[in-house]
Amino acid sequence: MKKSGAKGWLYLLPAIVLLGLFMVYPLIDVFVYSAEEGYNFVTQTAKGIGLYNYSYVLRDPYFLQAVKNTFIIVIITVPLSTGFALLIALALNSITKLKELFQTVYFLPYVTNTLAVGLVFMILFRRTAYTDGMINLLIQLFGGQGVDFIDGPYWAKMFVMCFYTIWVVLPFKVLILTSALASVNQDYYNAARIDGTSKGRIFRRITLPMISPMLFYLIITGFIGAFKAYSDEVALFGTNLNEAGMNTIVGYVYDMLYGSAGGYPSYASAAAVILFAIVLTITCVNLMVSRKTVHY
Amino acid sequence: MKVVLKNLTKRFPNRNKKIGGEVIAVDNFDFEIPDGKLIGLLGPSGCGKSTALNLISGLLEPTEGQIFFGEDEVTKLPPENRGVGLVFQNYALYPHMTVLQNIMFPLQNLKGDKKLPKEEIVRRAKEAAHLVQIDQLLERKPAEMSGGQQQRVAIARALVKMPKVLLLDEPLSNLDARLRLQTREEIRRIQKETGITTIFVTHDQEEAMSISDLIVVMKDGAVHQIAPPQEVYDDPVDLFVAKFLGTPAINVFRGEAKGGRLLLAGEAVLDIPGVKDGPLAVGIRPEGFKPDPQGPLAVSLRNVEVMGRDTSVVFDHPAAESENPRAIVASDERPAGHEKTIRFRLDPKKVHLFDPETEKRIRPEG
Repeated sequence: MKKSGAKGWLYLLPAIVLLGLFMVYPLIDVFVYSAEEGYNFVTQTAKGIGLYNYSYVLRDPYFLQAVKNTFIIVIITVPLSTGFALLIALALNSITKLKELFQTVYFLPYVTNTLAVGLVFMILFRRTAYTDGMINLLIQLFGGQGVDFIDGPYWAKMFVMCFYTIWVVLPFKVLILTSALASVNQDYYNAARIDGTSKGRIFRRITLPMISPMLFYLIITGFIGAFKAYSDEVALFGTNLNEAGMNTIVGYVYDMLYGSAGGYPSYASAAAVILFAIVLTITCVNLMVSRKTVHY
Repeated sequence: MKVVLKNLTKRFPNRNKKIGGEVIAVDNFDFEIPDGKLIGLLGPSGCGKSTALNLISGLLEPTEGQIFFGEDEVTKLPPENRGVGLVFQNYALYPHMTVLQNIMFPLQNLKGDKKLPKEEIVRRAKEAAHLVQIDQLLERKPAEMSGGQQQRVAIARALVKMPKVLLLDEPLSNLDARLRLQTREEIRRIQKETGITTIFVTHDQEEAMSISDLIVVMKDGAVHQIAPPQEVYDDPVDLFVAKFLGTPAINVFRGEAKGGRLLLAGEAVLDIPGVKDGPLAVGIRPEGFKPDPQGPLAVSLRNVEVMGRDTSVVFDHPAAESENPRAIVASDERPAGHEKTIRFRLDPKKVHLFDPETEKRIRPEG
């Protein structure tokens, strides 16, 4: 047994070395950076160890704005996108005609480039010197007051941001939920029909528990993905997110490292560690809730 | 509650669009299932048994014909208003609910003035669980139980709302041989205790024979014979029924009627008064061969299989259509095994004659 144990480790060695080198070491390094005060990028020396980086980041208004933006995006887009995806998947599952056509239509955004889609959204929503943009024209057509969604008030920008995020993450969720619904054995529904179960009750007591593992997977990955949002913001509002007031935590990390005000790996690391702590907490809460509600 | 089927027909469009047309799954069912009996719908795979059951349950709508429960027509009623309990082949127990929750589920669906208080639901669920003897398992999840236990839960769930008719779709096919024997007696017991008219579907003739009050033998969507088990075995209406029932299977020979006598390979073996001269398909049950040194039927012995209580004699005969013609004889009459030919006398009650074209039964006089 001892010999085969050594053999086992030998087989694992390549993976361990690679993972250790490119994942574990950088991870540890992030923690180290975040604790080194006054780190100099050029000389690679620090003045001391402490929590100053954290207190700086937590007092930085740009960071606080980024945290606020990130939380708003997470809280709005994760439930809404999952809910919409479930509704669309249920609808797709209940039609027979043109089902494949609609499945393709709903999946198309997934294979489209984020930046290209962002550009289209920008054109739809932006107000320029020459035109108010299609969405504003539509709003005005119905007697509403137009607003510049890209360079206008905060809520308008946030609306476009959430709309866009939901639209981008929807196709994958629809795909997963459609297949989850299709894999529920028809006999359960037949049994429920024989017993005179109402549609609402079938959905609550049978469909939802049956697809709960998939739903849970989508919620967890949705939370994590939304907390790590960055590229979608860039696609809509350009790289200077702080000025637009639409920065996210990951965007803040990037700015601290490479942005025009960059060159502060310690602040970036501290922000990254804070993001890690937030995501970890949320995921743990998710897992605890799921234990009672998810049926494998 | 008796169940009456009138000209019940179900046609499906053919899946294979190139061939087109329709598949007749249930062809003009027209019979009555008496109240409080256990009925076996028996037939080979794909003969429309489950379709027939689904028509009675209401999961499928018939193309033509009517269904009555007692005096009331239920043809157009949705399944929930028919008062049927259905046990699925794979049980279809909700995997995320405990046994008790599964059994309570149909009662919790009741609405309006039929709505029951919580305690009553629990009491009735426990009563149903007691009937199928799973009182100890109420808190288990379906995945934590054996197939036989799951089967019982499924039956309890179907019984708990006191259905007028209980339907079982291949209830024993997922169980191992031993459990199958036990469970089929269990089904019989539960049916007797509750007195609910029960219809079950099976392709296993032994299963159907052992517990049914009446057997409905079907093939390709059509009913061939409806009779008590012994009668279906002793007095089959056609060659299909004769071949389908009985283990070992009936032996089929090419025969000929000539002057009121049955000829097998030219030799007269039995008197069959009143049968017109001409070719015949002859079915002889394995127990219809009686060893007799003076018997008219001579066969060449191939093999003797000892089975304890009796002995199985496999033989060759020029007129045999069955691949392994077989006689079952009492152990004390068995041939030693080294004879080249042995002779049998035939028991006329075990010899059935059929028209070789239509496969319909031909009965000698007297």
